[in-house]
Amino acid sequence: MGSSLATISSESALAAVWDALRERRRAGLVPYLTAGFPTPGDSLAALQAADEHADVLEVGVPFSDPLADGPTIQESTFRALANGTTLASTLDLIVRAQLDSPVVLFTYLNPVLQYGIPRLLRDAAHAGVAGLLLTDLPAGADPGIEGLVQASPLDLIRLVAPTTGEERLARSVAGAQGFVYLIARLGVTGASSTLAQDLAGSIARVRAATRLPIAVGFGVSTPEQAREVARHADGVVIGSALVDVLGRQGVAASARFLASVRAALDAP
Amino acid sequence: MAGRFGPYGGRYVPETLVAALDDLTELYDAVRADAGFWAEYHALLRDVVGRPSALSTAPRLGELIGTQVLLKREDLNHTGAHKINNAIGQALLARRMGKRRIIAETGAGQHGVATATVCARFGLECVVYMGEVDVARQALNVYRMQLLGATVVPVSSGTRTLKDATNEALRDWVTNVPTTHYIIGSVVGPDPFPRMVRDFQSVIGIEARAQVLERGGRLPDTVVACVGGGSNAIGIFAGFLGDHDVELVGVEAAGKGIASGHHSATLSAGRPGVLHGSLSYLLQDADGQVLPAHSVSAGLDYPGVGPEHSWLRDERRVTYAAVDDQDALAAFQLMARLEGIIPALVTAHAIAWMTRSRGRWNADQTVLLCLSGRGDKDVAHVAVQLQEPS
Repeated sequence: MGSSLATISSESALAAVWDALRERRRAGLVPYLTAGFPTPGDSLAALQAADEHADVLEVGVPFSDPLADGPTIQESTFRALANGTTLASTLDLIVRAQLDSPVVLFTYLNPVLQYGIPRLLRDAAHAGVAGLLLTDLPAGADPGIEGLVQASPLDLIRLVAPTTGEERLARSVAGAQGFVYLIARLGVTGASSTLAQDLAGSIARVRAATRLPIAVGFGVSTPEQAREVARHADGVVIGSALVDVLGRQGVAASARFLASVRAALDAP
Repeated sequence: MAGRFGPYGGRYVPETLVAALDDLTELYDAVRADAGFWAEYHALLRDVVGRPSALSTAPRLGELIGTQVLLKREDLNHTGAHKINNAIGQALLARRMGKRRIIAETGAGQHGVATATVCARFGLECVVYMGEVDVARQALNVYRMQLLGATVVPVSSGTRTLKDATNEALRDWVTNVPTTHYIIGSVVGPDPFPRMVRDFQSVIGIEARAQVLERGGRLPDTVVACVGGGSNAIGIFAGFLGDHDVELVGVEAAGKGIASGHHSATLSAGRPGVLHGSLSYLLQDADGQVLPAHSVSAGLDYPGVGPEHSWLRDERRVTYAAVDDQDALAAFQLMARLEGIIPALVTAHAIAWMTRSRGRWNADQTVLLCLSGRGDKDVAHVAVQLQEPS
């Protein structure tokens, strides 16, 4: 692990993971799970099972109005809220799960705003959270909040969309940390039978703008699709398809599904 | 910061929408100084809406309250409410952007009807998102939109009302943004919507101010309007914000009473938070989850409010009050019997505040009410409400 020797102590857990993946020429697997879904107990088990196959874990904090999410994650969100899931209980879940993979909190701004930004950054860092992704905080929307996250131990993960223009892309990735999350297609989260056209071109466009690793999500549903995405991207996010399997077939099936994605990514 | 009212407003949206909002802002900023655009807009307001809307006296209501009452008659607009002022303006912008598919959210259905009407007039495709609860209690407006050629999509997620219809419209917009313009119906949402919708609705206040001056030679003492998202209120207040002696009052829905927790009094009982793209007062729990709003009136049962209202509240330029379901239903009947006008149930909240405030004004003073819409669509719903023991 030659390059990791150069890793300075302040480098984030996310950077270390991506460096190691690059070293091994391996694509990163980034599963998404909604905290507290389908039950608090199964959520813990599902996170631990996913951790076996994951390089980075995205943990969703449920919000009552998930307007960037499609039906599958909406439903998981409403179930999680009915189960009493909060931001505080999500951090507790992450601590109890004792995960090896670095965790990115994935949520909307309002639960974080009401918890208190400095308080969240402190408590999440204590819980071992490595990054924060807020779906309704696009680059430049609130420089005060963005600056607090950037200066914290947590990485500010930014989303880039097919509609993001060149000038904006450059500004956006300049302030991004950890990795860049490329939204594969227009629309909300959700499984899809086909990948976006010219995904390779979209990835190349982002690649030209940043040296940060690029993870691709939205609509990646099968091991075959994940493998196709990984030909161009550094990492693959699997969200709705995983949440769907977990909700309908349980923890063991969700683990088998992730194992099949992992195998597809690692196949020679 | 651009697009802010004090700390409120902003643009808290998924990345995918930022480019469309940038384009819309650029176009709107250019259009604001384009006399040709406004000439076309005002010609359509005359031709399609029948503007200027009348200013009426309300002698029997005035006698009850003990003052002069004037009514700005947005209920006499084509489609029966103020919503069409905004729908026409935004449809013109969509046409300039070459977008031929229009989406909208609607609560009571008035904004949906206005948007469907304008789309029919302009030959644009129209899809309206409406919560299932509202579809059931506003069946007449659903059928009206369908007659006008719109597709009405019932929304079954969350609280199945306006809040969730707005979520679903935003999801559609994220998916179809290259071809589609989202005509938001109130002064809510990400920048530039709150200021753009305000500008299109400011025709109410600009007309009313001139009409009141022409009639009595002086400004009203108080201007009253109901507030859900707050577009009719911002529209009429816009004419008087610079007149510091004119008292401005916004009336929210207290539902079953603020203490009951079943209400929509965002500015009275909420605290700042982010929903639907902007920072504003919001009904929410301690964890930042948005609370369901309640009102007997579909259209006021929205847990947020326009960011400019939040700023006007903090600055104390506007006073915000709240009226409960029972008082609104009573005012609905009172207005019909005293003035021969069946007001929209939303508007009845503002009327109830006026009757409750009797004694506040003397006989020489003038209160101007924004009569934001007609109540024909509410009649069946009100009949059921009045039969139910509460």
